[in-house]
Amino acid sequence: MPTTTVPPPDPAAGAPPGLGPHRVPAGLLDPKQLLGSFPGALRKLDPRTMVRSPVMFVVEVGAVLTTLSALRTPGVFAWVITGWLWLTVVFANLAEAVAEGRGKAQAETLRRTKTLTMARRLTGWRPGAAEPVEEEVPGLDLRPGDHVLVEAGQTIPGDGDVVEGVASVDESAITGESAPVIRESGGDRSAVTGGTKVLSDRIVVKITSKPGETFIDRMIALVEGAARQKTPNEIALNILLASLTVIFLAAVVTLQPFAVFAGAEQPLVVLVALVVALIPTTIGALLSAIGIAGMDRLVQRNVLAMSGRAVEAAGDVNTLLLDKTGTITLGNRQAAEFLPARGVDAEELADAAQLSSIADETPEGRSIVVLAKQRHALRARGEGELAHAAFVAFTAQSRMSGVDLSDPGAGRSLRKGAATAVMRWVRDSGGHPTEDVGQLVDGISASGGTPLVVGEVTGADGIRTARVLGVIHLKDIVKEGMRERFAELRRMGIRTVMITGDNPLTARAIAQEAGVDDFLAEATPEDKMSLIRQEQAGGKLVAMTGDGTNDAPALAQADVGVAMNTGTSAAKEAGNMVDLDSNPTKLIEIVAIGKQLLITRGALTTFSIANDVAKYFAIIPAMFAGVYPGLDRLNIMRLHSPSSAITSAIIFNALIIVALIPLALRGVRYTPSSAAALLSRNIWLYGLGGLILPFLGIKLIDLIVQFLPGLR
Amino acid sequence: MNDTLAGWLQILLLVLALALTFRPLGDHIARVLTGTRHTKTERLVYRAAGVHGDIDQTWPVYLRGVLAFSLVSTLFLYGFLRVQNLLPLSLGRGAVTPDLSFNTAASFVTNTNWQSYAGESTMGHLVQMAGLAVQNFVSAAVGISVLAALLRGFTRQSTGRVGNFWVDLTRIVVRLLLPLSFVFAIVLVASGVIQNFHGFHDVTTLAGGHQSIPGGPVASQEAIKELGTNGGGFYNANSAHPFENPTALTNLIEIYLLLVIAVCLPRTFGVLVGDRRQGYAVIAVMALLWAASVALVTANELHSVSSTAGHAAGGMAEGKEQRFGIWSSALFAVSTTLTSCGAVNSAHDSYTPGGGGMTIFNMMLGEIAPGGTGSGLYGILILAVVAVFVAGLMVGRTPEYLGKKLRGREMKFASLYLLTTPLTVLVGAGLTMAFPGPRAAMLNTGPHGFSEVLYAFASAANNNGSAFAGLSADTVWYNTALGLVMLIGRFLPMVFVLALAGSLAGQQPVPVTAGTLPTHRPQFVGLLTGVILIVVGLTYFPALALGPLAEGLH
Repeated sequence: MPTTTVPPPDPAAGAPPGLGPHRVPAGLLDPKQLLGSFPGALRKLDPRTMVRSPVMFVVEVGAVLTTLSALRTPGVFAWVITGWLWLTVVFANLAEAVAEGRGKAQAETLRRTKTLTMARRLTGWRPGAAEPVEEEVPGLDLRPGDHVLVEAGQTIPGDGDVVEGVASVDESAITGESAPVIRESGGDRSAVTGGTKVLSDRIVVKITSKPGETFIDRMIALVEGAARQKTPNEIALNILLASLTVIFLAAVVTLQPFAVFAGAEQPLVVLVALVVALIPTTIGALLSAIGIAGMDRLVQRNVLAMSGRAVEAAGDVNTLLLDKTGTITLGNRQAAEFLPARGVDAEELADAAQLSSIADETPEGRSIVVLAKQRHALRARGEGELAHAAFVAFTAQSRMSGVDLSDPGAGRSLRKGAATAVMRWVRDSGGHPTEDVGQLVDGISASGGTPLVVGEVTGADGIRTARVLGVIHLKDIVKEGMRERFAELRRMGIRTVMITGDNPLTARAIAQEAGVDDFLAEATPEDKMSLIRQEQAGGKLVAMTGDGTNDAPALAQADVGVAMNTGTSAAKEAGNMVDLDSNPTKLIEIVAIGKQLLITRGALTTFSIANDVAKYFAIIPAMFAGVYPGLDRLNIMRLHSPSSAITSAIIFNALIIVALIPLALRGVRYTPSSAAALLSRNIWLYGLGGLILPFLGIKLIDLIVQFLPGLR
Repeated sequence: MNDTLAGWLQILLLVLALALTFRPLGDHIARVLTGTRHTKTERLVYRAAGVHGDIDQTWPVYLRGVLAFSLVSTLFLYGFLRVQNLLPLSLGRGAVTPDLSFNTAASFVTNTNWQSYAGESTMGHLVQMAGLAVQNFVSAAVGISVLAALLRGFTRQSTGRVGNFWVDLTRIVVRLLLPLSFVFAIVLVASGVIQNFHGFHDVTTLAGGHQSIPGGPVASQEAIKELGTNGGGFYNANSAHPFENPTALTNLIEIYLLLVIAVCLPRTFGVLVGDRRQGYAVIAVMALLWAASVALVTANELHSVSSTAGHAAGGMAEGKEQRFGIWSSALFAVSTTLTSCGAVNSAHDSYTPGGGGMTIFNMMLGEIAPGGTGSGLYGILILAVVAVFVAGLMVGRTPEYLGKKLRGREMKFASLYLLTTPLTVLVGAGLTMAFPGPRAAMLNTGPHGFSEVLYAFASAANNNGSAFAGLSADTVWYNTALGLVMLIGRFLPMVFVLALAGSLAGQQPVPVTAGTLPTHRPQFVGLLTGVILIVVGLTYFPALALGPLAEGLH
């Protein structure tokens, strides 16, 4: 059993983040940031930019109209309304500018790594070719397929795969992680990123990206929002908001003839104010900031989403495919128990197991030494302490490792390894493994563990006794908190499927222990692919992580494919997100961020529409109580005067945008729970809150503005 | 028995009768819409019309059928009215004027049945039977057909096909409307509604005056008038006329008839989408709105009376038939304005500002509680789509309703639907109020006069057809404007409903998980009711403020 050879994948960094509400932090909103974004907000007043947000475009047109009207017939009221309408537009732009500003800072840092590098291009390089021609060219002249030589201290000029050599590379420029990583030719760790630095040795890199389209270029474009396109859901919401805007526009435009008939013709300023108060400006102003901030929250988590569409899809995911190793379990198995064969002392087995593992540097081997020490107080002996000891390393053919002790007089060989291999070794040496060993092996396998059999051959040449001492129980250790995590996902309606190369028996046991909903055992890349297709055929959205080249097709097929940064460039190309920390558990957080993004949009839309009720109660009596005194009964806030009422509603409308910028950037609080529970909470909070808050806010503002001369 | 007890009893009886019909009729309509076999009669119709009954149509083809059929119907009816003087059984009536003919043709084809004319003095028996009554059947059937296509959008997957319009139309007429109308026409005759071909009778009224009243095939028309939520009366007084609605019993039967199909359709919906609870949630929203409206109007008519005469009569008795009283009149008024029926048994113009305003608001809701035949359910389903969209976002997923995702395309059609009717009402009323000519048609001045105009456009755009009375609407302006408003308010929304149906039918359904927004629970009932009230309230609040609110608040 190849447990001791496979280089264990990096264990996921740290324990899974705590349970409970996952508010993804995005830093506090710095007042300085607001001020700094001001010029950007003013630049966005360009109607060509504004027209992309239909709601705010209407406000801008309204502001222009009131400005003209105020110029023709000046007055305190007209100018105050005009001023606040312009502020409403500026505040909306400010929200977007602040959201973009955070990305810009990050892009600046990245751009610094992109300073012009010179590349040492090798023409005619072939594996093993003796002396390729080397020439110095600017990094920007490299084309896919070129080979370049990079040595210690130099910067890698472009994205590519290592085709020769091994080197330690400092990737802190993109990952922020200062510890260097190993990159070598062949296998799943061959990808290198342009802009990272080789610290030791020399490698030959085959360039895979065109200049200007490297990973760093894409990262810069993404965090800057330059490549930002409206996501499907954003488009759908925009359509709804636009149609509400048209309805309210019609309601106000047609109000004028009604008002004329009633003998209360309204000035243009008042009509514009009513339109602006009614159309959903709050969500209209914050919509794009919410989208940018959602991407930004991912970036802060060191995840790069290649499109906003992918972030949205993450919120919709029905099925999560999770690799067992590194995601659900710790990266390696650990010895949990020594099970001696009949007639063998437990301590004797522990001693033999420890001896056979002294030279075994794998985590599994280490854990055997540690277990022997803990359970049987056997001190770990150093390799040098044993005289005449020859250590036998594991090979894929023998599938066992151990030690040959050639003490004078009595030789002793110890082997531990896969059950079949060690049993054959014992039989070949003349021993007869007892039946109970088989039972122990089967028992461990059935429980999901991995049995390692320990065998011994003693005696000099000629008279040898061979026997099986017992079995070591190697166990997969499920990461702490995973069970709760999966239960949480289940409540959110997400099914988890564990993917493992283990046999079905082992897989089932671990699946049960971890609490996943399903598992795919002895999985090949093809199995993974067909599982994804099968889920998608049922209308489900599938998310997965992967790093190897053979994961690439599945990553491309999945609706959300998160490639590990340590993975191959093929995998990174295929996925629609890259996790720079290479932490597969992060998939769960990505789902949460996707959901939070949609919830924020929905909550602010509800809030925005609910706000209108109070504004009606402020503005309609102000417009018509003069001709129909009975309508003053609608002035339930008892606002001071018609002008102060309308002004207060408009000021509230503008200020609420600024007040909600932090919420838009941070996202609303999201606690994983069932849809019904989430809805109840958000309706009460943002629906009812949106209904009540403006009544208080408008009244409060009215208490202040009533002292303004000209508004009495 | 005092009025209050009688009032409560009839409401109870009505609800009970509807509840008992809910299952069998809803299930029957579901079978009509899904059956694969054609009856002999239907095959005969298909052969005569030259259509293939087994072709499944895409939404544009289905839509072409709806529009072509309605266009031909309109032209035919227009021609019919223009040449009435040449036809038999005309009782000596002349040809109808062009603008009134257009208005009437548009009105009956759109299931509105707005009447700018007095039935007994304008239409002969032949036009009533072969022109108007035919449209009473088919315009109702067109509404249910479009609904059928939308329901198929929800139930079918990965196909662009939404059914066959000609089959739906024929089946609904043959298997649903004709049999029910036949039975209830007999019931009405038995209860005292007239059914004959008599000409005019001169009668002496109680006050000693003379009146000339024609007979006619009233009962047969009365049944489908209510059943198909048409509402066009044989007589000008509509269901207030003793020949159309003689007793308290026929009054209750008529209310039952105008509600029954629209009330049972949610059951059909539940059965077809394979989850009856979905239908219960929709009927719950409808029932909630209806009950609240009945309570408000009745209370207003009973209690918020300001005149001395009103206090003496124990409520707002003006404009209401003494045979029915306040309770039955209010129940009829609410039911008819919430169903796009538009038959009336009292003058809504004479209601209190609160009660009358409520009848306007009922229509503004978009005729969805329970609404017109077919159009009521598709209207409320569109609002459900909008509610699910906003609520769906708040649970953190791309919103989905009945397993179908609501993305840009779906929201485009739903939003356009949402937009059309309010825009038509407001622009129509706005233009009317902007010109002095049309303004002169108002009977009253001030807010009440404005309410008359607002009522007319709300009624026409929502295909209700009832009138506030007081407005002299038989002018070129009103006939043309209201005719156009009726056509826009009927067919533009149908375009969007069918487009949405096509878009939904093309989708693959999303499986239901714990993360899916449940749309069958009280929570959703509350949400949908709230969305309807807020969206409608916000749209019409300024207009209502200048009408009923200005009149009613002191």
